[in-house]
Amino acid sequence: MPYRLNINGVTRDVDVPRDMPLLWVLRDELGLVGTKYGCGKGLCGACTVHVDGSAQRSCQLPVESVANAKIQTIEHIGATAIGARLQQAWLKIDVMQCGYCQAGQIMAASALLAQTPQPSVGQIDGAMAGNICRCGCYHRIRAAIQIAAGAHEESSHVT
Amino acid sequence: MSREHGAATVIDRRTVLKASLLAGGGLALDLLIPVPVLARGENADVAGSRSIAELSAFISVAPDGTVTIVAKNPEIGQGVKTSLPMMVADELDCDWQQVRVVQADLDPQRYGEQAAGGSTATPDNWLPMRQAGAAARAMLIQAAASKWRLPVGELTTSKGRIVQRGTGRSIGYGEVATLAATLAPPDLKTIRLKEPGQFTIIGQPQVGVDSAKIVRGEPAFGSDIRLPGMLYAVYEVAPANGGRLVKADIDAAKRAPGVKHVIPITGNGDPDGGLADGVAIVASNWWLANQARSKLAIEWNASAAKGHSTKTYQTKADAALAAGVGAVLRLDGDPAAKLASAAKRVAARYEYPFIAHAPMEPQNCTARYQDGKIEIWAPSQDPQDGVEALQKALKISPKTVTLHLMRAGGGFGRRLMNDYMVQVAAIAKSVPGVPIQLRWSREDDIRRDYFRPGGWHSFEAGLGSQGELVAFTDHFVTFGDGKEPARAAGLNVGVPPAGLIKHLRYSQSMIPTIVNTGWLRAPGSNALCFASQSFLDEVAVAAGSDLPKLMLALLGERREIPASAHRPSFDTGRAHDVIEKVTETSAWTEKPKQPGTAKGFAFYFSHRGYFAEVVEANVSGGDVTVHKVWVAGDVGNQIVNPMGAENQVRGAVIEGLAQALTGQAIEFIDGVPQQSNFHDFPLARMPMTPEIEIAWVKSDKPPTGLGEPALPPVIPALTNAIFAATGKRIRSLPITLKSA
Repeated sequence: MPYRLNINGVTRDVDVPRDMPLLWVLRDELGLVGTKYGCGKGLCGACTVHVDGSAQRSCQLPVESVANAKIQTIEHIGATAIGARLQQAWLKIDVMQCGYCQAGQIMAASALLAQTPQPSVGQIDGAMAGNICRCGCYHRIRAAIQIAAGAHEESSHVT
Repeated sequence: MSREHGAATVIDRRTVLKASLLAGGGLALDLLIPVPVLARGENADVAGSRSIAELSAFISVAPDGTVTIVAKNPEIGQGVKTSLPMMVADELDCDWQQVRVVQADLDPQRYGEQAAGGSTATPDNWLPMRQAGAAARAMLIQAAASKWRLPVGELTTSKGRIVQRGTGRSIGYGEVATLAATLAPPDLKTIRLKEPGQFTIIGQPQVGVDSAKIVRGEPAFGSDIRLPGMLYAVYEVAPANGGRLVKADIDAAKRAPGVKHVIPITGNGDPDGGLADGVAIVASNWWLANQARSKLAIEWNASAAKGHSTKTYQTKADAALAAGVGAVLRLDGDPAAKLASAAKRVAARYEYPFIAHAPMEPQNCTARYQDGKIEIWAPSQDPQDGVEALQKALKISPKTVTLHLMRAGGGFGRRLMNDYMVQVAAIAKSVPGVPIQLRWSREDDIRRDYFRPGGWHSFEAGLGSQGELVAFTDHFVTFGDGKEPARAAGLNVGVPPAGLIKHLRYSQSMIPTIVNTGWLRAPGSNALCFASQSFLDEVAVAAGSDLPKLMLALLGERREIPASAHRPSFDTGRAHDVIEKVTETSAWTEKPKQPGTAKGFAFYFSHRGYFAEVVEANVSGGDVTVHKVWVAGDVGNQIVNPMGAENQVRGAVIEGLAQALTGQAIEFIDGVPQQSNFHDFPLARMPMTPEIEIAWVKSDKPPTGLGEPALPPVIPALTNAIFAATGKRIRSLPITLKSA
């Protein structure tokens, strides 16, 4: 089936079965490999993208369900103010170990900050609970979100 | 494993330097420096089991001053792609901002060992990497001296420039690099390395060299490779390990959307590291290939796996423990007599399950076979082993293989095995000229793991009249063929209290298994530490003492117990210091006031690192909440990259807590793993992450690795805290309080 998708502000035409998850349209049809496959069941958050501004698991989204939506991926999140702040914060305290889950973490975090600009620790934990980091970088993910939110600036974040 | 090394070798070979002109001008420096070769598995902890290869580190300085340093080892999240080049750059005395790091391809002739395992990269490379940088610096100084007609002694360096002492006159490295390339390299014996206080890059927090790429979502991992004309593959194998392909009806799968090839493959009959029988589906999109699996009708012969079930293993272990002590591995003194005459005896049985590695990036590998040659893009922790395995399975010559090392989305020991590499090579060979990316689904990744093997320990301890430990025995039931334990299923008989008391016996019984077992972060220690430090806590309680006091008493006076065939040298003073440190930082003697809340302690020495940890946990209504973890660690006198080091410790602690608390266990029915994804094999999530406070104890020893040694103690520190809070002993993992 032909679909015309709006991805990162660009129109992309694909011809795929209607039930192909967005994740595999991005990765294997369009070469946007920043969005990662982790579980295929919506359990780990590695494939998180924004659909009309909300964080969604792209492994669970049939392409036909997003045909009229605005899709945003990690490749373009730096073009938003919140996304750019998150990327800088991520690098400031070098959040990652292996790094594989981090695209999904940043996408989940940017949806959180768009909704809740000054989240509490509890709000951060709640919003990020669906994103697994197998390396266990959770302290720094939390701290980076706080830095991007404008809090936590002076404390020792490399902890 | 094909590459374990038994012979002890002394590092005394001569180092050779080779300088040459960089294309386009500048200095290129090859250094042949002896470096130890990685030992595998339990042997990774053994100092004597290492041999030597020659490292040819490669540094180049371009005329514009850009310094390029080759990162030789696989990056799996442990940070070596940053930390090893930091060692080179510091001694080169350049500005870290001028440094470009490039990943080496697999080339053991040139780079020596290129593997990630055993927390060995830091200790093995600490000297050679710095020597490489210092040699390049000496040549650049010499070139400047010759250009300026000044004695070498008048010159020094700072941030990538050669500076004349006293005058402040300076010249950039790039400006003399071409001249330096014409000079004879120095004798390494004449090169002085920096003193620890002189480091400018080492010891400073440095951001990972790939981090910027990763936060922007640029291709960085093995599964991100995209090649022209590439197709995607899945590989269906028998549900139980070792199952043979009897017949496959592939017609329906062939007709599925996007499918280009369906290829039944007969393996080489080696289900443990070789090529398993299977059916490959190759499609234009991985999801289409994976969808077509449901259209396959395959008959497997899985008779060899019959009866290989968790329940059967449990029954066999019960029988082995009831039957006696098994085969004696180590006998010191007369523990039986000392137990018989002990003032008090303590006995308990501990057990733990098989668990999976579950790195975030499921196994994958990319290959192209053309004109009898194969090119591979592999996220592997031990790529050379993979090349050897695929040569064996496919009967191709080593010279025909080119391998590009890819960043891996986590390793944890899983990628020391290379089954995915052998599989993709077999598939690519069936469709010459077409690049193939093999990806495993998460279900494949968990079910086809080389699992951390389960095990059982039956301990007994005898106490003297003063509460001192006088005798200790451990009957370990593990998996193996009766002659040797399975991979990562052996017992390190050097583990304390061995060596610290006079009367001790370690013995072993084996249960045969068809399940593939393998090394998981801190192999040989991650589960044994839970069992032995929990049991010693029982002993301490029985003696009216506590575990830190018992451990300090066992360690005795400060001394170095020399390396043996079983373990590297062990410094009781370093152990003493981390124990003291963590009791201070955690205010060990202050008991939490909140009901159901208590602290627990454990100490362990693995992979040359000394770690003591305290966990404070609350238990209420069967729920365990970890409030805080205090860690004291000694990995030598220098933390190379504090940015990465603290992350490694936190990650190890969180991984240990996940093993204990989230319900991780792989169960088998007739060899078929019953868990498959994160709903039934859970990992840690942010809300369960406690505060973790790290204190480094800096001894005067050279730095050692951090990938592993912080993990083992956290599990018994937690189980001991649960006992202190509730009076309930946790003798089985994962922890279950609700049903009890």
